[in-house]
Formats: sequence, structure tokens, C-alpha cells
Amino acid sequence: MKPNVPVEALHTQEMLINMGPQHPSTHGVLRVILRTDGEVVVNARPDVGYLHRGLEKIGERVTYAQFMPFTDRLDYLAAMNCNCAWAWAVENLAGIEVPERAEYIRVIVCELNRISSHLIAFGSFTADMGAFTPFLYSIREREKVNDLFEAACGNRLTYNYARVGGVSADLPQGFLEKTKEFLDYFEPKIDEYNNLISYNKIFVHRLANVAAISADNAVAYGLTGPNLRGSGVSFDLRRDEPYSVYPKLEFDVCVGTGERGVLGDCFDRYMVRINEMRQSVRILRQAVAQIPEGPVLAKVPRVFKPAAGEVYFRSECPRGETGFYIISDGTGNPSRLKIRAGSFVTMNIFETVTRGLMIADIVAVIGSFDIILPEIDR
Amino acid sequence: MEVLARSLISAFPVISGVPLWAVTLLIMVVVAAILLVFFLTFGGLGSYVLRKVAGDIQVRIGPNRVGPYGILQFLADGAKLILKEDIIPAKADRFLFVLAPYLVFIGSFSAFVVVPFGVGLIAADLNIGVYYVMAVTSLVVIGILMAGWASNNKWALLGGMRAVAQIVSYEIPVAMALLPAVLIAGSLSLQDIVRSQGGLVGIFGWNLFHNPFTFFSFFLYLTAGQAETNQTPFDLPEAESELVSGYNVEYSGIRYAFFFLAEFGDMFVVAALASACFLGGWHVPFFRAEALPSLWGNLLSLGAFLAKAFGLVLVMMWVRWTLPRLRVDQLMRMSWKYLVPLTFVNLLGVSLWLLVFKGKGIPQLIASIFTG
Repeated sequence: MKPNVPVEALHTQEMLINMGPQHPSTHGVLRVILRTDGEVVVNARPDVGYLHRGLEKIGERVTYAQFMPFTDRLDYLAAMNCNCAWAWAVENLAGIEVPERAEYIRVIVCELNRISSHLIAFGSFTADMGAFTPFLYSIREREKVNDLFEAACGNRLTYNYARVGGVSADLPQGFLEKTKEFLDYFEPKIDEYNNLISYNKIFVHRLANVAAISADNAVAYGLTGPNLRGSGVSFDLRRDEPYSVYPKLEFDVCVGTGERGVLGDCFDRYMVRINEMRQSVRILRQAVAQIPEGPVLAKVPRVFKPAAGEVYFRSECPRGETGFYIISDGTGNPSRLKIRAGSFVTMNIFETVTRGLMIADIVAVIGSFDIILPEIDR
Repeated sequence: MEVLARSLISAFPVISGVPLWAVTLLIMVVVAAILLVFFLTFGGLGSYVLRKVAGDIQVRIGPNRVGPYGILQFLADGAKLILKEDIIPAKADRFLFVLAPYLVFIGSFSAFVVVPFGVGLIAADLNIGVYYVMAVTSLVVIGILMAGWASNNKWALLGGMRAVAQIVSYEIPVAMALLPAVLIAGSLSLQDIVRSQGGLVGIFGWNLFHNPFTFFSFFLYLTAGQAETNQTPFDLPEAESELVSGYNVEYSGIRYAFFFLAEFGDMFVVAALASACFLGGWHVPFFRAEALPSLWGNLLSLGAFLAKAFGLVLVMMWVRWTLPRLRVDQLMRMSWKYLVPLTFVNLLGVSLWLLVFKGKGIPQLIASIFTG
């Protein structure tokens, strides 16, 4: 060590840290390249692509029906929503009529899946914030949804339940009663979560005023779903671009209110998800009451050839808008398939909002965006 | 120790030929071994209880495979940790890397020397007891920083930096929150502090109920102690979801076990100090353990003390599994802007109280109304 170093000669250095791809709270194999000055993040650049499987290319090599199981792998926490989104997109392209009971079944499983997906978002977010207990609470409830799905289609994670023209099988006996039971059980649990953690002072302090996204910015960066609504923009495809039987169902679109900080901060995005679970319960209650009898699968040939043309269909998935852009050239498989995934688009704004935050806030931002990596990398 | 050695020699004439210093040394070793066994058992059973409590709070079962109710899980874990490969990263600073766990362990274990387990059960009743605890637990900081630096891992370094900033900051409120008990007893010795709380019937002799300031002080101490032992909501140095595992990320096997044990040791020391300084230590409510024949009095007071300390450990676990984690700047703000000023004001309040009421607490003042 050299003695008598003048103070001016001492300086600090920025440190480059790899956060991920193996990191407990990057929700998968996201890699964030952090440039930090002590605990303060100077710049955080997400590096995506570790989970790229070429789903779009695969989609061009298999038939429309064969692509259904691949949509499970698009967002494994909301596979039902992706299944149905693909089915709706292809039906739009080929002009296939779907029986009404099938549409109701789809809405029921989609909303159940939205609840279970938001539960994971809520649970893993709180675990990221250092509170591990709410995570296991959310897993407890999610198990019940998984049990319902297992009864309906035999799977607990990758469901492959929807079919072009309907769903693969009718709901088993007693499913609707079990769903009602679950809703009665689940609705009070949301209050339990709020009591346990949502309004906990430490939790609020960690989230309020962190990484606020203004409404203009959110729209400009193409955020969708809860991340967009967290910024106070009331936009929900289920209401604003209605599909399936959503027009027959009553629900509110939850938006961020800035109740604990500025509008569009992490807390708002978190609260939107909590409130959306309530709305999903509301939708489910109506759907379970209204569901008609009838067939669940339209007569669709195994390999069908939609007329040449293109379609872009988007639906409201738990992580924002999931859109399928399909170009058909009149053959049995798509000529080009483009998947728009909510999480991927969300990553655009990541670098902008995390500038100048602390390392712990990066975790909060990732959690509040509720990203899922297979959807980012596809 | 020397007194004990003298009485031992006079009681057993067989060993009268052995020099006094040898007997004293032997007693010291035996006492240290007993404390070490207690330490390890507490670390082991503590980890079992921690996981069981976590299981209960988190709607799951917890360990239930090894032995009845999974009670032997800690032995299995211990055996696993001993048998695991001891990895030292290629680019680590070998000397510091190897040294760090021992420093942390020593810092935590040395504090047990002055823990007043019972009437006569204290390894060394130092006349600077509280001060000594503060001093040796600071050794932990050096060990943690050493571990973080020597690992040559950026997450570990961040964890080490956080740990140092945190423990150094929280040591001040911890010490300040303990000082009211010292003021009341007029001594830094933990045995004296415990003895000063035995004057009244039931639990009213406890410093906790001495005056409003000491009551407040107890909770300030528990809060700061929670931070001092790196537990949620102050577990930033090892924040799993932020820093992967913090300063001990590169450690495996028995070296990791040292950190782990030290953490449990710290937890017990904080709980033990809280019960000694505020909850009457080894005093049994409505009963005078000192008046009993020596052995029974010892055992009874030991039981009372452990019950209080373990109760506080359970409270700390409960808090740990309920709350989320603070951010590092919020942590610092909490210490310097809230806890430190509050403990200072508190200390001032206690001093004034002792001055105005001639050292008497509220229960004593009330009692004095009735007695005349």
C-alpha cells in the first residue's frame, strides 16, 4: 500500500454486476447487466433470449391444431389464456363458429387461470420483497385452481385444453359446483392478503414512488395489461375490443390510482393485480350461472386450410395483450406467425425506469412487471 | 473461577496436590465445553424450531421425515454440512476466506461468557458485562466483511458492505437501549442487572415495568436487536432475493455451518440480553429462586431464564416470517433518524426519572403508598 495518497487521488469505480441468468428473483432466466455505483444502479440493461425456442418458426412448420400445445409453453403460468387466444385467432382466420357452451367454458378457465397467474405474481412479488409467507399462501390457493384444471383436462400446468372450434372435452360433472366453492373460499382470501402484506408499512414504503411510469410513457412504450392499467390508463381488451362472451359479463376495469404514492408506481401495478382477482371472481360467478348446455366442439376437420389472408387477434392475458398475427397462404399451416407477448414489450421500458434506483428496487420493478421469461424469449 | 477452584480443592483433598492454576484452567475448559454444547444444541434445535415455526406460519408442515416429528433433522443437516465438499473459489483470498467463519463464530460464541443463565450460572461475571457483549459481537462485523471481500464475488461483497453498514449503525441503538437497565442497576455486570430486578413480587420487579421509558426501551432494543442479528425485516446482508445469498454465497460445508450457527448464537444473545435486562433474567415470578438450596435454585432459575429467552427467540422468528424487507437506504434512515434519537431521548428520560424519583420505579412507588 502506498502511503500518503492524497484524497483527490482516491476515487470510486462503477461496478458491473451480472444479475442472472441464475438469480432467485429474475423470475426465470432473465439476465440484467447492472452498472452500479455502490448500491445505486447507474444503468440496468436487460439481456433476453436465454429461453428462445423459436416458437414462431415452429408455428410455421406445424398445422394450426398442432400448434396448440406450443401455446402452453408461451406463458406457462397462464396456459389456458394462451390456448384460448390461439384458438380465437385461428377461428377468426378460418371463420369457424364456436358453440356457446365452449365459449363460456373458455371464459371460465381463462378467468380461473388469470386468478392463479395473478396469485403467482402476487406471491413471487412478495417473496422478492423478502416476505416469504404470502408466497406460500398464494400457492395454497393456486393448488385449488390446479385441481379444477386437472379435473377438466388432466393437466396441472400445460393444459392444452382449447381446440380450434371449442374445447377438447366438456367440463366434468360437479366442476361448476367446485368452482363456486372455490370462489366462495377464495374471495375472502384477498382481504387476508391485503391485511397481511398489501398495506404493510414496510411493503408500501418499498413500492410506493418506485419506478413510476406516466400514462403517456406507458402508452408510448406499448405496455399492456396490468402494467398499463397500473399507470391509470383504463384499457382492457375484454371490454374495449370484446371477444368471446365477455360482452355478456359485467366487470370493472381496475386501474392504478396512485393511492400510496405517485400514479403508476410499483404499488399501483401490484394493486391492480390484487383488484383484478376480485373482478375475475365476479366474472366467474356470472359465467358459472349463465353457462348453457350444448356441444363444446364445432365440427372442424383435423387439417383444415383457411383461405389465403391474414388476421391479427389479440386477447387480454394476465401479462398483457397476447396477440397472434397469422398469415395464411391457403395451406394447412401458417405461412408466417408472429406472436406479440406482453412481457417482451414490457422489457422495453425496463432500462428507462430503473435508472438511478437501488439494487433492491430492480427486484421490485421486475416483480411489479410480472414478467415471464418464456413469453419474452418465445 | 478461582473461587470455585479453591472450593473444589478443599472439598476433594485428593486433588490438593494439583496447583491452583491447573484446576482453574480445567474448570474453564469444562465451562467452555458446556457452553459450546449449549451453543451447538441451540443452533441445531433452533434451526429445527425455526423451520417448524416457519412451516406453521406458512401453512405447510416443515421438517417431518428424520426422527419423530422431524426432530432429528438438525443432526442430518449437521452431518450433511460436515461431509460436504469444502469449496474455496479459485480467485478467493484464501487466508481471509478461511479465517472469516471463525471470526464470526468466535464473536458470536464469546458473548455467551457473560450470559447470566441462573443464580450462580454464569461463565464469568465480568464487571463490564454489557460493554463486553457489545465489544465481542462487533467482531462479527469484521468476519462478515472479510467473508464478503475474500469470496471475490460481487454479490458477497455487496452483502458484506451492507452487513458492516447495518451492524455498525444498529450497534448504537442496541447499546443505548440497554443503558437504562445499566442505570437502574448501577452496574454493567449482567448478574447485578438481573439481581436489581428481584425486589418486588411477581413480574413487577422487572425493568420492563420500572417506568414508561424502560418499557419503551425494551421494544427499541428488540427492534434494533433484530437488525443486529440480520433477520427480516433487516436481513439485507443475506437478502436471498436481492443478493442471492449475501456474504456467505461462496461458502459451503462446515464453513457455511459456522455462519449459520453464529447467526443462531446472535439471536440467542440478543434474546438473552433482552430477558436479562428487561424481563428479570432468571427471576421466577412470585418465587425467590435465590432462597432455595443451591442446586434447585440454580436449576429453577436456569429454567426461568431459558423460558424467557426462548420465548423472545420465538417472537423474533415470528416477526421474521411475517414482515417484508426494508431497502438499504430505509434501513439506514430507520437507524439514524428514528432509533438513535429515540434511544437517546429514552436514556435521558430514564436518567431524569431516576433523579426525580430517587431510583424508584412505578411499582415501587405504588407499593410505597400502601406500606407507608
